[in-house]
Amino acid sequence: MIDIVVLFFLLGLLAGLVRSELKLPPALYDSLSMVLLLAIGLKGGEGLAQQSLLPLLPQLGIVVLLGAVQTLIAFVVLLSLGRFDRVNAAAIAAHYGSVSVATFAVGVNWLNARGISFEPQLPIFLAVMEVPAILVGIMLARGLGRGTNWQLIARESFLGKGVVLLLGGMAIGWIAGPENLTPIRPLFFDLFKGVLAIFLLEMGLIVARQTSELRRRGLFVIAFGVIMPGVFAVLGIGCGIAMGFSVGGLTLLATLAASASYIAVPATMRLALPEANPGLSLAAVLGVTFPFNILIGIPIYHWLASMLVGGNS
Amino acid sequence: MTLENKKRVLLTLVTEAVVEQSLLADLDRLGVRGYTVSNARGRGAHGMRDASWDEAANIRVEVICKRELAEIVFAHLRDKYYANYAMITFLHEIEIMRPEKF
Repeated sequence: MIDIVVLFFLLGLLAGLVRSELKLPPALYDSLSMVLLLAIGLKGGEGLAQQSLLPLLPQLGIVVLLGAVQTLIAFVVLLSLGRFDRVNAAAIAAHYGSVSVATFAVGVNWLNARGISFEPQLPIFLAVMEVPAILVGIMLARGLGRGTNWQLIARESFLGKGVVLLLGGMAIGWIAGPENLTPIRPLFFDLFKGVLAIFLLEMGLIVARQTSELRRRGLFVIAFGVIMPGVFAVLGIGCGIAMGFSVGGLTLLATLAASASYIAVPATMRLALPEANPGLSLAAVLGVTFPFNILIGIPIYHWLASMLVGGNS
Repeated sequence: MTLENKKRVLLTLVTEAVVEQSLLADLDRLGVRGYTVSNARGRGAHGMRDASWDEAANIRVEVICKRELAEIVFAHLRDKYYANYAMITFLHEIEIMRPEKF
């Protein structure tokens, strides 16, 4: 059975494709994404409060490296096979090296719905993996130094809404611990599915808007948008196995690796690499990769993870 | 006070919301003393900008200043933003109250 939240995405997609009048107020979309980010952060912080933090440090190193390596691989593929120019290849690569909160949330929901648990540090990975791809992408396009306002880039990437709310939520969850979280549990945990459903309705509308751009870009972008996440998911599972993760953790790390950013990276790239075509990246990320991951990718990553570590650990 | 003293120009920019911070920092640096920013939507060479989410959001920035300053601002915007960002700029001649503010 397809997840119920995904049906909301399909409704939005359909409504967008038939040019329905349906439109969510932008403020609602912003508010829902805030609730999702905080909920994911709180949940992670709550879990972390029950374990020691020290073993996390090497794991953070691994996922930072993973994000950087993904960006490099995507860059080489886009440059050589895709015949993109250097700046556009770097900009698109940065999107694919980074991560998508919405995809992660759908992954969390997919696992929750099946009663599969996952490691509490995954939300930290979500926050941490947003940044390295941005830096690597800019360096690939520009080289070090010259012509880049690093201060602006740093503020955009480290103090962006996503990172602040995720890490802030984690800190609150960690300080409060499970018992003190009880009063806010109804909003952030019980309503998570409902909030995600409305959020995905809007995502469907946004994705529908990419179709005309996608039609112009042709087969390579579509193939790239499907194959690249598959390759990265395998890399993610490899890293997860090295860290001794459970099937749930592996599935989510694969989902993170496979996902591509459509909020933090586009905004930063627009500022850092203004000559890159933002329509190109968004068509690939939103038009292909996001729907692929939430409709087909996540179940495949879970299946792959269970095959590799042997069933129901 | 003569009417001449009350003449200023109203400089209006319509551009991508993503450049807001960088643009306002530039205006401050060039000596603009005040501005008004509002959210905007519309259609142009970059397609429909319906503000439905961040990537499709526009802003309208209005600045009242002397013509000389407006020309400096125009030159700066042309060099820094015209090539790669969606940006429309235009000027009105206006008469103002309280000329000491502009």
